[in-house]
Amino acid sequence: MEEKIPAVMMRDITKRFGSVLANDKCWLNIYRGEVLALLGENGSGKTTLMNMLSGIYFPDEGTISIDGKEVTIADPSDALALGIGMIHQHFKLVDVFTAAQNIVLGLPGKLDLKEASRKIREICERYGFDVDPEQKVFDMSVSQKQTVEIVKVLYRGADILILDEPTAVLTPQETEKLFAVLRNMRDDGKAVVIITHKMHEVESISDRVAILRKGHFTGDMLTKDTNAQEMTNMMVGRPVELNIDRPEPEDSRPRIELKDVTVRDEEGLLKLDHVSFTAMSGEVLGIAGISGCGQKELLEAIAGLQPVEEGSISYIEDDGKHEELIGKDPLDIKKLGVALSFVPEDRLGMGLVGNMDLSDNMMLRSYRNGKGLFTNRKDPHHLAEMMVDFLEIVTPSVETPVRRLSGGNVQKVLVGREISNAPKVLLTAYATRGLDINSSYTIYDLINQQKQRGVAVIYVGEDLDVLLELCDRIVVLCGGKVSGIVDGRKTDKNEVGAMMTKLGGVSE
Amino acid sequence: MFDFISFIPRAVMQGVPLMLGCTGETITEKSGNLNLGTAGIMYVGGISGVIGAFLYENAAGTEMNPFLTIAIPLLCCIVGSILMGLIYCFLTVTLRANQNVTGLALTTFGVGLGNFFGGSLIKLVKTDIPSVVLTRTSQAFSRTLPFADRLGWFGKIFLSYSFLAYVAIALALFASFVLNRTRTGLELRSVGENPGTADAAGINVVRYKYLTTCIGSVVSGLGGLYYVMDYASGVWSNNAFGDRGWLAIALVIFTIWRPSVSILASILFGGLYILNVYIPTGTNLAIKEIYKMAPYIVTIVVLVISSMQKKRENQPPAALGLSYFREER
Amino acid sequence: MIQISKRGELTRSKALLIRLLAIALGILACALITVITTRQNPLLVLQALVKGSFGSSRRSWIFFQNTAILLCIALAVTPAFKMRCWNLGAEGQVLAGAMATAACMVLMGRAGLSTAVIIPCMVVSSIIAGALWAAIPAFFKARFNTNETLFTLMMNYVATQIVAYFCVKWENPKGSCKIGVINQKTNLGWLPELGNKYILVLAVVALLTLFMYFYLNYTKHGYELTVVGESDNTARYVGIKVNRVIIRTMALSGAICGIAGLLLVGGINHTVATTIAGGQGFTAVMVSWLANFNPLSMILSSGLLVFLETGANELATSCGLNASFGDILTGVLIFFIIGSEFFVNYHVSFRSKKKEDK
Repeated sequence: MEEKIPAVMMRDITKRFGSVLANDKCWLNIYRGEVLALLGENGSGKTTLMNMLSGIYFPDEGTISIDGKEVTIADPSDALALGIGMIHQHFKLVDVFTAAQNIVLGLPGKLDLKEASRKIREICERYGFDVDPEQKVFDMSVSQKQTVEIVKVLYRGADILILDEPTAVLTPQETEKLFAVLRNMRDDGKAVVIITHKMHEVESISDRVAILRKGHFTGDMLTKDTNAQEMTNMMVGRPVELNIDRPEPEDSRPRIELKDVTVRDEEGLLKLDHVSFTAMSGEVLGIAGISGCGQKELLEAIAGLQPVEEGSISYIEDDGKHEELIGKDPLDIKKLGVALSFVPEDRLGMGLVGNMDLSDNMMLRSYRNGKGLFTNRKDPHHLAEMMVDFLEIVTPSVETPVRRLSGGNVQKVLVGREISNAPKVLLTAYATRGLDINSSYTIYDLINQQKQRGVAVIYVGEDLDVLLELCDRIVVLCGGKVSGIVDGRKTDKNEVGAMMTKLGGVSE
Repeated sequence: MFDFISFIPRAVMQGVPLMLGCTGETITEKSGNLNLGTAGIMYVGGISGVIGAFLYENAAGTEMNPFLTIAIPLLCCIVGSILMGLIYCFLTVTLRANQNVTGLALTTFGVGLGNFFGGSLIKLVKTDIPSVVLTRTSQAFSRTLPFADRLGWFGKIFLSYSFLAYVAIALALFASFVLNRTRTGLELRSVGENPGTADAAGINVVRYKYLTTCIGSVVSGLGGLYYVMDYASGVWSNNAFGDRGWLAIALVIFTIWRPSVSILASILFGGLYILNVYIPTGTNLAIKEIYKMAPYIVTIVVLVISSMQKKRENQPPAALGLSYFREER
Repeated sequence: MIQISKRGELTRSKALLIRLLAIALGILACALITVITTRQNPLLVLQALVKGSFGSSRRSWIFFQNTAILLCIALAVTPAFKMRCWNLGAEGQVLAGAMATAACMVLMGRAGLSTAVIIPCMVVSSIIAGALWAAIPAFFKARFNTNETLFTLMMNYVATQIVAYFCVKWENPKGSCKIGVINQKTNLGWLPELGNKYILVLAVVALLTLFMYFYLNYTKHGYELTVVGESDNTARYVGIKVNRVIIRTMALSGAICGIAGLLLVGGINHTVATTIAGGQGFTAVMVSWLANFNPLSMILSSGLLVFLETGANELATSCGLNASFGDILTGVLIFFIIGSEFFVNYHVSFRSKKKEDK
């Protein structure tokens, strides 16, 4: 296969964002009839590199050749003209448009939605998709949106497809379905690139793997000639231990008890349907489920941010006294003396204020302390400095706005602050999403430390491998209902995966 | 009895500038640009037309070519409005400035420009005419269909208007058609909803924003021209145009971003505007001032009601007010 | 081709340099426009500009007074903007405060009460009127997320009509549709003079400036409204009652506008008219924005705009032109300053590499 002319040749590609070097003299070959896995940690420049191929960014230096001919890709229409289509991690869809409107967006010619719908159905049949051209995007589930994205690219006749972490939002079953489609395309002679940092996906789908580390290209090889440990080492740059600690829970007693909790969103859709479980002190309780099936509402209901229609959420003190949390806002909960910490999914949109510096962000939880009208700025400043030392947060200073920090450091600031007020309950949502391996392990360690302190940890996660290694028990949600509670030490991925879709109809 | 037959034509005449302003602003907002400078643009549209007409009337003397009498002010109005649209676009699209502040500055600038030339035109051209009264141009602009008078109430209500009024309605309908039925409309809406998506689909976001904002400015500017040439009979008086630009922006929300709805809505608002003239008040002149609140109060009520019902289809363009930078991280 | 990228942290002095350069260019453009329209010697133009604000000691005092009033309104709108609430209703809030003040002066003056009673009533009622005028849109913003930009804007016109109503109702002399100087003979309800008639206004606004600086930067309220401005979700997450903060901050905004109305009626004009705020509610938005919401910098930005406006008026009068000339210059200057922010936030570089022909 090495003798073939690559469909895409990228040479010495360099891209800077301000002072950050995102790609440094990267090389990449993409061949037709192959699935290439572009592997690298978060922040290693995979997406940036592919964005330059699809015309979103323009490289500072370097050349790109398609079928051996050097080209300039200045904007996305150039890329499309060359047959390059990218499916972004954050879907590029207009919510208020129908699937068909989204698919034909940007194409030349007269607007004929009927003809477009016919062509869409044709593509769907050929590769085995299920898309209703008339459906509006805001009514779709995540995997439906992804399908629309893929059809959109195929509709344009792209034969070089790039998928940016397509499986992050899918269940294991949906992932298998997607992979089957990708194999169809490969056999159809298309070049497929899949960006990922999950090793097992590389092994199951790709023919070739290319690895990036900190913006550098560290090499490519045929997937069958390598193994997970070697790839990880190339990704991280040194040998890594891939196991997560799981200490045995000690002195567990009930701490948070949910009974028949039912939540509807603003539009009246049922998000949680009679959810009941108990979180114990000194244990990590995992919450698994397809994205958007009630995890966010669940945590926010406990934290006092989400109105609950019926049911009860009680905080159980050490002496067995129950405190009802429903109907109380975060301030009321704090006044009750319940030390509850919450690491939300949306770090910069909810947990922190991106434009404020580290010490001002520390103040978010503590600014009310002390009498009088004025805020105390010394203690938060001190706390921020301590945290930078302690968690090895990389920042120019504590006066730097947190939005300028990298994802891992932002998360350390958030988790650090939430842990600093000695919680009894710690809620975390996707605590390691977008983090590199090192930062992820720091977060797992912090969570385990809290567990050993006797904190009841509720851990919402999306990576089943991590959930299975970290959590003592796992509550599986499906369409807002609890479809099972399993022992993290005894279950396996297939069992949990099946429970995630068990109830069938996910009411999105 | 309330005199509808004289009320409706006057309401329509009041409504036409609003209709043009509203249509122009709707087109602009569909591209994601919230142009608070519309008030200023309408002033500039008006004064540019006045300047053109004034210069032509003076130059032509008694021999006025009917075509040029219309074409020169119209062209001046279009050029003036486009320049205003370009200033707005250069600042907000190319330089990514805050849209609200830019809009306000544009209004200050535009209103200032209108009032300045309105007051100083004579002085600047050094003629001996006492004031800017463009009777002849105005006559050309407000010419109505010759047989309208003979059709009784029907002619009065439907046919008694000048060509710009019908142009306004046609523009609103045309804008509606383009937005909903054509590829250009689809692409434009995608720019306003999600410029990142539009960009990735190969749509030139910057070009769309520039083009639609300039077209929107022209349409709004025509509103100013209609006001001074037809409604005000060619007499420019400073600040007479008043707050109509702001009402036009409010109307955009009232019509939930649908130009076709703006036709009736702006006539309704036009009616509210002159309601105080039709309500008998006797000797209590002060109470008239209270009646003049009607359009504003109604706008407020509409704002509140439309914010209370949160229908997915009736939301503003999702990226309204935000500037777009492709390499944003 | 031109390459644009986002800047990292820019040093303060460099950012300041860019802004000053923009102001200089803006003034240059203004001068150019002036010279072209008036066909005057540029030096005379400059002279007229300076003469407008500092031609005599009385003019200087008036310059400071006008600056103070504009600054006061700018201070008022600032907390709302920091909360990302576009209060374009300062105009109406000032009118509400002014009307309340005037009402106290007229009605209590007729009732024959003494100044010692009238002034406290004026102060309280103007603050309440201003606060109320802002709190109404704030309530709907908080409750239904009603668009506050247009709501506050419409409130301006409602306030204008209310003032117009009273102007006709209390007209003096009859048939003028104007209120005229209130209590001209008795001076009832006129704010006292400290030294001369300008100092009181300056002192009040100076105190307000300091108050606002500390309020925004060092108090719990100031912190809360900044968090609300940055993100509703974060605010709710830490238990800030977002609705309460929105209404409270807008009411504060309106209250300070009310004080501006009080100063205008009680301290300066001793009468009320629909044009008393004179569009300063909008100019104040730009003052506040130009100063990056910093109350201390606003002293400079309001001074700059007033200087330009007064100078342009002087110029217009001396050349027999229309007074709106100042608005044009203000607009042009602001365009330059708005545009300069781009160069503070983005780095522009030129690349020799040409895009290939398609």
